[in-house]
Amino acid sequence: MTSQHPGSRPGDRLTRQERMRESAAGGLAAAGSSGLLDTSIESDDALAIGEPVRSQWRLVLRRFLRHKLAVISMVILLLLGTMAVFASVISPYEFNPTLDAATLKEARQPPSWEHLAGTDKLGRDQFTRVLYALQKSLVVGLGVAFISVVIGVIVGSLAGYYGGWVDQAMMRFTDLVLVLPALAVLLILASNPDPTFFGLFDLPPATEVNGMIVVISILAWMPMARIVRGEYLSLREKEYVEAAVAAGAPARRIILRHLLPNTIGAIVVFGTLAVGLAIITEATLSFLGAGIQLPDVSLGNLISDAESTVGTDLAYLILFPGLMLFLVVLCVNFVGDGLRDALDPRAVK
Amino acid sequence: MTDALLEVRDLQVEFTTEDGIVAAVNGVSFSVQRGETLAIVGESGSGKSVSALAIMGLIEKPGRIAGGEITFEGRSLSSISERDYRKLRGGDLAMIFQDPLSSLNPAFRVGDQIAEALLTHTYEKKDAARRQAAALLDLVGIPQAGDRARDYPHQFSGGMRQRAMIAMAIANKPKLLIADEPTTALDVTIQAQVLEVLRKAQRETDAAMLLITHDLGVVAGMADRVVVMYAGRIVEEGTLDELFYEARHPYTLGLLNSLPRLDSDRRQPLRTIPGTPPSVLNLPPGCALAPRCLYVQDRCREERPELTAVGPETHRSACFRAAELPALAGAAMDVPS
Repeated sequence: MTSQHPGSRPGDRLTRQERMRESAAGGLAAAGSSGLLDTSIESDDALAIGEPVRSQWRLVLRRFLRHKLAVISMVILLLLGTMAVFASVISPYEFNPTLDAATLKEARQPPSWEHLAGTDKLGRDQFTRVLYALQKSLVVGLGVAFISVVIGVIVGSLAGYYGGWVDQAMMRFTDLVLVLPALAVLLILASNPDPTFFGLFDLPPATEVNGMIVVISILAWMPMARIVRGEYLSLREKEYVEAAVAAGAPARRIILRHLLPNTIGAIVVFGTLAVGLAIITEATLSFLGAGIQLPDVSLGNLISDAESTVGTDLAYLILFPGLMLFLVVLCVNFVGDGLRDALDPRAVK
Repeated sequence: MTDALLEVRDLQVEFTTEDGIVAAVNGVSFSVQRGETLAIVGESGSGKSVSALAIMGLIEKPGRIAGGEITFEGRSLSSISERDYRKLRGGDLAMIFQDPLSSLNPAFRVGDQIAEALLTHTYEKKDAARRQAAALLDLVGIPQAGDRARDYPHQFSGGMRQRAMIAMAIANKPKLLIADEPTTALDVTIQAQVLEVLRKAQRETDAAMLLITHDLGVVAGMADRVVVMYAGRIVEEGTLDELFYEARHPYTLGLLNSLPRLDSDRRQPLRTIPGTPPSVLNLPPGCALAPRCLYVQDRCREERPELTAVGPETHRSACFRAAELPALAGAAMDVPS
């Protein structure tokens, strides 16, 4: 070690200080002399100024548009939705015409330009009936998605934010509903002609759309609750939540402003997929004879009604509502996929 | 001492872990006077951040305050309701966290987050709170504050985010500002600017500050008094000058000696404190520093030195050899001339 060379030190120090003064990258020493006096920002934020401000949702939209399948599906869904809503304008026929001679004469016609999906044994236009059925299915799907998201978010929020016994109670209840044999319970609930739940509620029967929504929602919210709880558990550990607590924010505000907005991606994706699931469930129940009853039409009871035509030359009657169900659910799921990728860029393969 | 803004007496914080109970803070006492800046210095795990969280009432589950008393403006914080505590947090008691990148919610606008802090405590009208938020951003040196208030955190640079955090902390004119390693996550070049903003913010609000850091450079520039912590205890306490020029604890000396200096010999490696901090799970029975101390005696391994005054009343050290330390240290230094 040459540290014991007193003679070399003064000169050594001088050159180093000179070098320090010359060097622009003088680190703390340089920043200290200029930065301490000047409070405003210099090079620090050069990148941010002048850059176009892009909102979160614009970015999400851009990523979604990149997902071709999802965009196509979205277009198809919007188209089908519009057609369903304006069924009475689009179709010259009624879905339940009075069965007079003129109608009956049209019976058992195969698909043609006149009747796009043919007519049934009573001469009713199947295309018109499918459009009206689609109307009901979409209302059921959206209704169930909405209600199950609301229930799921409330249960999941309480469990995830408060933890402890609240979490235990909420999640064990969720588990309990989750282990119910869904189809059996749905059938029982949907077959109840006057659901009052021991006189506690006055619910519409499941033969109506509203009743159907309630019944399916009862067994559809649990995954949402679990997802929201899981997200909250991880978000709670984030420093900005701690910072919000340290700023004295009450629980309600932390949930609504800090936790929920950061969970919105998962919620939107679940909600979308729930639409598809609810439509399938409604069709299943209607097919099994519970739920919406003829003469009201739903995709399920149209399929059920045409069941006996399989193998005959009337098989087109089951094909068209079946294809419609398939197409709608497929599109909904693709849109859900696209949304998931758009809302959570890290999840993309 | 009765008019101290914050008085912490014999604070003990424990964490229950699988390996047993860890005493992260073990009988710490200090006070902060109105308007003064007290720095708590120590290495990772010395209990400085936990002390800060305890003051904010933010010690979470596996941890608990096992003993001691925290008094703020003459009011004991150990017994007040959660509701009252919440009114204090972000109001009279504000905290700046270490990492500005994760302390801002990515999902909403910076200005709105500051406005929110205002709405929680002092403001009722949203418009007014928004305007005040922009004014605060301007105060901490964000250019075009009105426009930038509408930005999301990801559009801010690290230094700007920490400025925003400072704006949020001083939003409600706190009486005590706790800054937990406010510059650690920042670029060296930004650190000095942010410290200046912090000083300005403190001037504007007349707040006292509890500055938690391991950076003695930051301490030298900011603090009036300093508390040095080691393994959950205070080892030395004194005014800035007392600590920097007349350190009476081997640990403080070790910290000071390990600082790089412009006039030190470049060919020599930086001095370090030998060894690693002890596991707080099983502290040695005597002085916690004993295994690493250059001046250790047999007595140090068996008996724990208490914090006692050395020289002036403000300067206290927990070392048996505090009185002879300057002589010892002087002899041990091999600096020529």
